[in-house]
Amino acid sequence: MPRHLLTRRTALLGTTALSASACDSSRPHEGFLGVMERFNARAQAVLFDERRLAPELPPEETTPPGKFPEYFISDTVPLAPSGWALRVGGLVARPTVLTLDALQRLPRTDLRIRHHCVEGWSAVASWHGVRLSELARHVGADTRAGYVELRSFDAGYYSSWDRPSAFHPQTILAYGMNGQPLTPGHGAPLRLYSGVKLGYKMVKYLTEVNFLPEPTGGYWEDRGYEWFAGV
Amino acid sequence: MAASGLQILVAYPMLGPQGRPYGWYPFQGIPPPEWMRLGNWLAGARHWHFAFAWFLMLNGVAYVLYLALSGEWRRRLFLPRRDTRNALDTLAFYLRVRKHAPAQGLYNGLQRLAYTGTLALGLLAVLSGLVLYKPVQLGALTSLLGGYDGARAIHLVILALLALFTVGHIVLVLLHPRSLAEMVTGGRKPDA
Repeated sequence: MPRHLLTRRTALLGTTALSASACDSSRPHEGFLGVMERFNARAQAVLFDERRLAPELPPEETTPPGKFPEYFISDTVPLAPSGWALRVGGLVARPTVLTLDALQRLPRTDLRIRHHCVEGWSAVASWHGVRLSELARHVGADTRAGYVELRSFDAGYYSSWDRPSAFHPQTILAYGMNGQPLTPGHGAPLRLYSGVKLGYKMVKYLTEVNFLPEPTGGYWEDRGYEWFAGV
Repeated sequence: MAASGLQILVAYPMLGPQGRPYGWYPFQGIPPPEWMRLGNWLAGARHWHFAFAWFLMLNGVAYVLYLALSGEWRRRLFLPRRDTRNALDTLAFYLRVRKHAPAQGLYNGLQRLAYTGTLALGLLAVLSGLVLYKPVQLGALTSLLGGYDGARAIHLVILALLALFTVGHIVLVLLHPRSLAEMVTGGRKPDA
């Protein structure tokens, strides 16, 4: 290129145009923002330590009644279909359908840890249920299943997790909150709860758990939110 | 960083955990004005923020290395024993309590205090930001900074203080336009 064609003006305009297309807020998975997201996902996976636990909190820290937000994407609170049961499949030795009773017969785990929402708020409740790693053992999940997909009856809401976060000891399929059975607003009859991810990764109103070799995205993730979303 | 941070704040324009808002924060529930924000929506702003945070940190590391390796830290950092007296005297002069400016080199004690203060604020901004990004994985840092919600408050207050520092300098430039060149270049060095 002849030298005079690359003036300061064209260089400036070019850089501006390039950076504008590289950082498109409406398509954050693409361009430069996307490159940095993938870099950050790797950094987060490296930082993640499966033995590190979210601190257990005292009962006084519990969010006052009615103040723990209840999010769902359906127009009205999703209610469990009659005869609800959880389908567990994918790369597992024993594909299974589990009723709530059957889930409650598996070893129970209790947690009282802080909830971190992507919006910036935090809240505290106690949750009880069965560890996802316990369920994986129960159905004989294959070691090649590097990801876990969770599906719901809340208008198709879903998400998928990396195996280390999904198998973390503080990642549970919760059927109870604050000592009571889960209410519809908080994801009855069964929801995911975890100390190591942002709230939108914790799928409520569960219908399916699939152990998969590849990640499958998620409701908010497909719309531009970060996929890894660890805390 | 500031503009995308303010866009992130819009999603929950409160300080304090759910159901327990902090009483001292005067803007509970009031989102920052639109012209201050970048990123359009929460996911966009978060991507901007976590992409450019790395460059902010690199910038900070480069500056600290420059200070350390060039020996400039001796001239720019606030050393309490050397500079406290001069800082107080300069403040007294600015407040018209004292008639004459105290003797000074390139920077007076008050300037050194301000520069060192912004460096400390910058470091605290990065540390509190890391807590907001990874409150569980960086659990020790989280408890050091008063928990997740405490760190969120610190992060915002630091932004306000740095904005104040910037606005102060813009006012200085408007009052004394010629000082702009000196602010950028560091001015003529007395010992050069």
